[in-house]
Amino acid sequence: MQPLTNEQIRAVIARGKLKDTIFKGVGLFCLAIALLVIVALIADMFMKGSERFTLDFFINFASRRATQAGILSAWVGSLLVMLVTALAAVPLGVAAGLYLEEYAKRNWLTHVIEVNISNLAAVPSIVYGLLALGIFVYQFGFGQSILSAGLTLALLILPIIIVATREAIRAIPAMIREGSMAVGATRWQTCRYHIIPYAMPGILTGVIIGLARAIGETAPIITIGALTFIAFLPPVPFTGEPPAGLFDWVMSPFTVMPIQIFNWTSRPDPAFEVNAAAAGFVLMVMVLSMNAVAIYLRYKMRKNIKW
Amino acid sequence: MQIHDNPALKAEARNLNFYYGEAKALKNINMPIYDKKVTALIGPSGCGKSTYLRSFNRMHDLYPGNRYEGEIRFFPDNTNLLSPEVDPIEVRMRVGMVFQKPNPFPKSIYENVAYGLRVRGENNKRVLDDKVEHALKGGAIWDEVKDRLQDLASNLSGGQQQRLCIARALATDPELLLFDEPTSALDPIATAAIEELVHELKKRVTILIVTHNMQQAARVSDYTAYMFLGEMIEFGKTDEIFIKPQDKRTEDYITGRMG
Ligand SMILES: Nc1ncnc2c1ncn2[C@@H]1O[C@H](COP(=O)(O)OP(=O)(O)OP(=O)(O)O)[C@@H](O)[C@H]1O
Ligand SMILES: [Mg+2]
Repeated sequence: MQPLTNEQIRAVIARGKLKDTIFKGVGLFCLAIALLVIVALIADMFMKGSERFTLDFFINFASRRATQAGILSAWVGSLLVMLVTALAAVPLGVAAGLYLEEYAKRNWLTHVIEVNISNLAAVPSIVYGLLALGIFVYQFGFGQSILSAGLTLALLILPIIIVATREAIRAIPAMIREGSMAVGATRWQTCRYHIIPYAMPGILTGVIIGLARAIGETAPIITIGALTFIAFLPPVPFTGEPPAGLFDWVMSPFTVMPIQIFNWTSRPDPAFEVNAAAAGFVLMVMVLSMNAVAIYLRYKMRKNIKW
Repeated sequence: MQIHDNPALKAEARNLNFYYGEAKALKNINMPIYDKKVTALIGPSGCGKSTYLRSFNRMHDLYPGNRYEGEIRFFPDNTNLLSPEVDPIEVRMRVGMVFQKPNPFPKSIYENVAYGLRVRGENNKRVLDDKVEHALKGGAIWDEVKDRLQDLASNLSGGQQQRLCIARALATDPELLLFDEPTSALDPIATAAIEELVHELKKRVTILIVTHNMQQAARVSDYTAYMFLGEMIEFGKTDEIFIKPQDKRTEDYITGRMG
């Protein structure tokens, strides 16, 4: 074959570059569509709900009159349920991921467990709700409480945290693990001083993605029986009826943001639609700020971890 | 191989075989490691040098499916390092290792060196400070880092990182130190510094070093072993191996006709 002349080489490059340009255009277009949809949704809710963005809206309980109805019990409920969810799901998920990556022998049993964890992530959330209704609400007698809701959502996001933990651990080079073991460390010392800290940015990201998913879940929470109209807050630690303790609030009835929104959209009075839009916007802000925190933490922690 | 003025033995491989699953990577290796000497392992790529080296600190135990046969006797107490009754962690407390690519932990310089001591339960700040300084001096890197012990180790140059890894291994006073091509990722100047360090270290510790570089083996080692396809072809004093190898395959390799 004859070597290409300079002109021919340039023609080849030009053809390649044309494809570059085309793809750039197509990619940008797709990205713009996705972004536009999100921005439009948020803007729409913001405008529809704008007249409710007053302090009252955040510190008022539910009410029969739309203009006086607020989201106090909903956002407090959401935050408390998330707290329980995180406290339950993070230790369980991280321990399970760590075990699977660092301790488990590679055999058929581990394989079955792995496949099942992926399957768990695909189980419809309503099924978790049914499961929780049977186990937490009735069997364990936790009732229709923050505790039941938190544990239900913890089950729901457990697979997300396990997978995130495992992926973060797998990204740690083998030579770091070997370096630790080579000075005589045990598996646990290696996990405690190296694997867990270095995997932390990835784990945190998974946790927050999981929580962001959980905070918007409605179906399982309705299944276990969250209230839709509630005019009190869970007791502050040590203030309830004696003997008041630190954790009385976990047994309290509650509502959460998505349920409050759902409830308002199903009212006949159209004035409540304004409330629903405003609450939807607040919920979006909650989710987006969780994501922002995740990005910030990951950036900050990754900065010091270089191989 | 009758050499009369042999120094004391530090370790000895006896009929050592090693398997990665079904694949046999080491074939009936017998070899002495002399106390406070540098022994070099040479041989073409894939002949089993790393596999052999990593048997001395039971690194293969970290992965499933690996199997040893035979013994590595460790002196003066004559323990068999490969015995299932011997805890690999105990072995690694006595046998240190420096890897091919510098692998400092993403922590401070100080914490990198102190790690081996912390693992042994040492938490006294004075003791740690003392031993860290001593180890960094041993690794010939103290002067370069003494003013920035709290800096991240990953900010050091490659050669400095490798000397830090040596210091990390030295901090716990190993009896035997394993080096797996410690200079293959380094430039000539950093390499020279490590070679000089190895020379210095043999006053304190027995050294087993894998190298691809014939000149390096000749420069740093007292004894040399030539491996080929998982077998130990020839072992002897470095001068003798390089001047008049007994085996044709060794000769081919060191004269550059192979490998
Ligand atoms: N984890 C492993 N699983 C299976 N086989 C392996 C594994 N590691 C190494 N081997 C094989 O064992 C043999 C010896 O490998 P080893 O890494 O010990 O060679 P080496 O002499 O150190 O080579 P190099 O000079 O390239 O580092 C090779 O055939 C290699 O393919
Ligand atoms: Mg090797």
